[in-house]
Amino acid sequence: MSLALTGMTLKFSYTGWAATLSHLLGGFESAGYIHRLAAVIMVGIFMAHIIDLSRKKRAEYGTWRALLFGPDTMLFTKKDLAELWGNIKWFLGRGPRPDYGRWTYWEKFDYFAVFWGITVIGSTGFMLWFPEFFTRFMPGKLINVATIIHSDEALLAVGFIFTVHFFNTHLRPEKFPMDIVVFTGRMPLEEFMHDKPAEYEALVNNGTLEDHLVESYPPIVIRVIRIFAWSALSIGFGFVIWIIYAMLFAYR
Amino acid sequence: MPHRIVSLIVLVFAVPFAQSIAQENSDCFMCHDDKSLKGKRGNRTVSMFVDEKEFSGSVHASLSCPSCHMDLAETELPHAEDVEPVDCGICHSSEQELHRASLHGKAVSRGDPLAPRCKDCHGTHGILPARNPRSPVAPLKVPYLCGRCHQEGSPVTRQRVIHQDHILENYSESIHGEGLLKKGLIVAPTCATCHTSHSILPHTDPASSIARRNIARTCTQCHAEIEAVHRKVIKGELWEKKEHTLPACVDCHQPHKARKVFYDQGMSDLDCLRCHEEPDFKASRDGRSLFVRLDDLTHSRHVKTSCSQCHSEVNASRLRPCETITQLVDCAACHAEVGQQYQKSSHGKLVAEKDPNGPTCKECHGTHQTLGKSDPKSPTFPTNIPTLCARCHREGEKAATRYLGDQHDIVDHYTESIHGKGLMKSGLTVTAMCTNCHTAHSVLPRSDSTSSVNRKNLPATCGKCHHGIEDQFERSIHAASQSRSDKQLPVCDDCHSAHTIRRADEEGFKLHIMTQCGRCHEDIARTYFDTYHGKVSQLGYTKTAKCYDCHGAHDILPISDPRSHLSRENVVATCQKCHPGATRRFAGYLTHATHHDPEKYPFLFWTFWGMTSLLIVTFVVGGIHTLLWLPRAMQMRRQVRSKKSLPTAQDDGDHNKDKSGSAAPADNPEPGT
Repeated sequence: MSLALTGMTLKFSYTGWAATLSHLLGGFESAGYIHRLAAVIMVGIFMAHIIDLSRKKRAEYGTWRALLFGPDTMLFTKKDLAELWGNIKWFLGRGPRPDYGRWTYWEKFDYFAVFWGITVIGSTGFMLWFPEFFTRFMPGKLINVATIIHSDEALLAVGFIFTVHFFNTHLRPEKFPMDIVVFTGRMPLEEFMHDKPAEYEALVNNGTLEDHLVESYPPIVIRVIRIFAWSALSIGFGFVIWIIYAMLFAYR
Repeated sequence: MPHRIVSLIVLVFAVPFAQSIAQENSDCFMCHDDKSLKGKRGNRTVSMFVDEKEFSGSVHASLSCPSCHMDLAETELPHAEDVEPVDCGICHSSEQELHRASLHGKAVSRGDPLAPRCKDCHGTHGILPARNPRSPVAPLKVPYLCGRCHQEGSPVTRQRVIHQDHILENYSESIHGEGLLKKGLIVAPTCATCHTSHSILPHTDPASSIARRNIARTCTQCHAEIEAVHRKVIKGELWEKKEHTLPACVDCHQPHKARKVFYDQGMSDLDCLRCHEEPDFKASRDGRSLFVRLDDLTHSRHVKTSCSQCHSEVNASRLRPCETITQLVDCAACHAEVGQQYQKSSHGKLVAEKDPNGPTCKECHGTHQTLGKSDPKSPTFPTNIPTLCARCHREGEKAATRYLGDQHDIVDHYTESIHGKGLMKSGLTVTAMCTNCHTAHSVLPRSDSTSSVNRKNLPATCGKCHHGIEDQFERSIHAASQSRSDKQLPVCDDCHSAHTIRRADEEGFKLHIMTQCGRCHEDIARTYFDTYHGKVSQLGYTKTAKCYDCHGAHDILPISDPRSHLSRENVVATCQKCHPGATRRFAGYLTHATHHDPEKYPFLFWTFWGMTSLLIVTFVVGGIHTLLWLPRAMQMRRQVRSKKSLPTAQDDGDHNKDKSGSAAPADNPEPGT
């Protein structure tokens, strides 16, 4: 959020909001600090995830192979293709909703979008952060290219997260207004049954369902999470409106 | 002097020879006394009539026609039409020599069509001696003769550079002119007395009768012993610095206005003060006070000037010496140069048009109390000037209401400007104030090409103080001398404004200047705003490269110029001002890059469109996916809802949204992940 906020003040600097926002953030320099601090944290989280992944591999799967090609893989498989097809058919009323497993294909897409996004945005971001270093072995023009890639990819990420991703995971009428599983790591059993029938089946079949059941968080925690999620959601929508305004009405 | 010798030979031999052989004058008049006789001269048809009576009354009556028209001496009659012009020099060689060397003669040899030849002053067949009152060169006629060309509005005064104006009027009002024209004194000097008849030369020519070092000699032709009778002390100084060496008379007595001399004729200020000292002394006509405070005068700049020097028409022989005064005081009688500047200025023109709004000298300088501009009490002291000019030029005052241009609130703006603050707040008397830019006496509108604030002259005007900047500017691509552009080039005020000039190191100015550059360099400015530098500036921060940080401010030069800040030699150093680690490759960064130009920046263009297509494709696919999902999802929600809300079926869907949303997590056990 802070990355998007500080970054977009620059990208859409020709709108009046950008200047106001930039002043609110304490000027372009402090906006820059926030941006880079958030970037470092984000890359840190990404690294932590990779490390976590490799730890998980050791603890639960043993080999990369098991992690990557097991039934709960994040990688796209033939099953995802079939589910995509099945889902389209379901959309069009020509078949039942596919029985999704651990991860649906759009969840996988979102996951890899972040993977790709962090790689692309992060690397170009570093180029823009240290142009003097990078131009020691790269032509200066690449800084211009990096600017475009960085900003457009960021726009893609921000735009996608706040529209398609929001809908897919939060605003879907059956989940409306949000799905807080991302913060809690838990979801109601009923919803789980409904959403991921294949995984549910699998868990029931091998009898481990009971092992996974936990109590719901106390209401206060849920409320805090909801407040946080609500504000994130509204800021996100603010962005979307700003982007649309900047692109359509104030574009120069 | 070969000419003189030739003409002597001609005189001695040719004339009698011609007379004996050629036609009698009567032969010529056989044809030429016909008033309808026409001939061709060049392309023009002119009368060839010669008045025999006029000729026989002329000084040349005793000469035969071929004595002058020498080429006709032996021709058969009737002769051919292309007759040579008469050369007066065959007899009047010395006059011809003088004329040839004079301004008039030089103009003739240049082929100037306005240049006078012998006949233009003397006539042709009817030449009369100067003694003859009917002669055009008789003393009484000379001013009219010279005035034919040298009067206001004639082609000569309009098309040729003559540094004196109103020569004839001034002369006729001068004591010389009055003597000649009003009193009929034919010994009074005419034009030719000072300028000579044939040897007319500019005063810059050392041989001229009116050259500075010759003036005294010219005047003493008549005023032979002036040093014996002239007042010795004038304006508190001996005018004759060295004994028997006269200074140039025109230093005090203006050439054509010799009337306006400062005879005090025994008039003393005390004579004037007899009446004017009375505080309630009033004009009988309109009741205005005529009281003169002696104190004003003795503390003024004119302390050594007597009343009659300014109020010059007094006549000491009258009981009321001032009753002969008809004119207002003319300051230009002494302050001639300033007076001339003023007359050409907007102020002077208004007064000449009798416009009541036009300021005269006294509006700014006062009357008897006038002080020098270096006196802090003077209204023309630098710190008082803005207040002085504001009397008319403040918004709503008489000058401001007439003004139709785009400079408004000039007084307030000036006061807030860096110049105004320097003058009014910091009390720096060297700071630019109104008259530094607009001049004191040659005030003219910007549109006038001789105005100090005309586009053409502005760099020089600002350069009077900002000399170093002017130097840089004159070498830059924006200077008229350097640029070959046919577009209007910027001058100082295009970027700095006229009356709202701000400090160049002020935030506001720094941001403002970019839009100033962008007024002409539209595309370049737009592409600048596509880059990081531009975007940060656009957010209102100055700590980033702006136009002048890279291009320079006054010394802007094309990149191809090795002296440019952005030339190959200098560009890395320019980047290093902000990016100390900058290298040659770093300087390859495109500071005006745009992804909208496939010709100039193909890689940026394609990167942009590559990214944009990726973006669009993702959104379209995601969007369609979502839209398709929507109806199903709604259906699904209804199913879930109906299942859940069976026990409370009376609640309708909408109302349930929140309930089910918030109730669900708490009520149900959850699978952990």
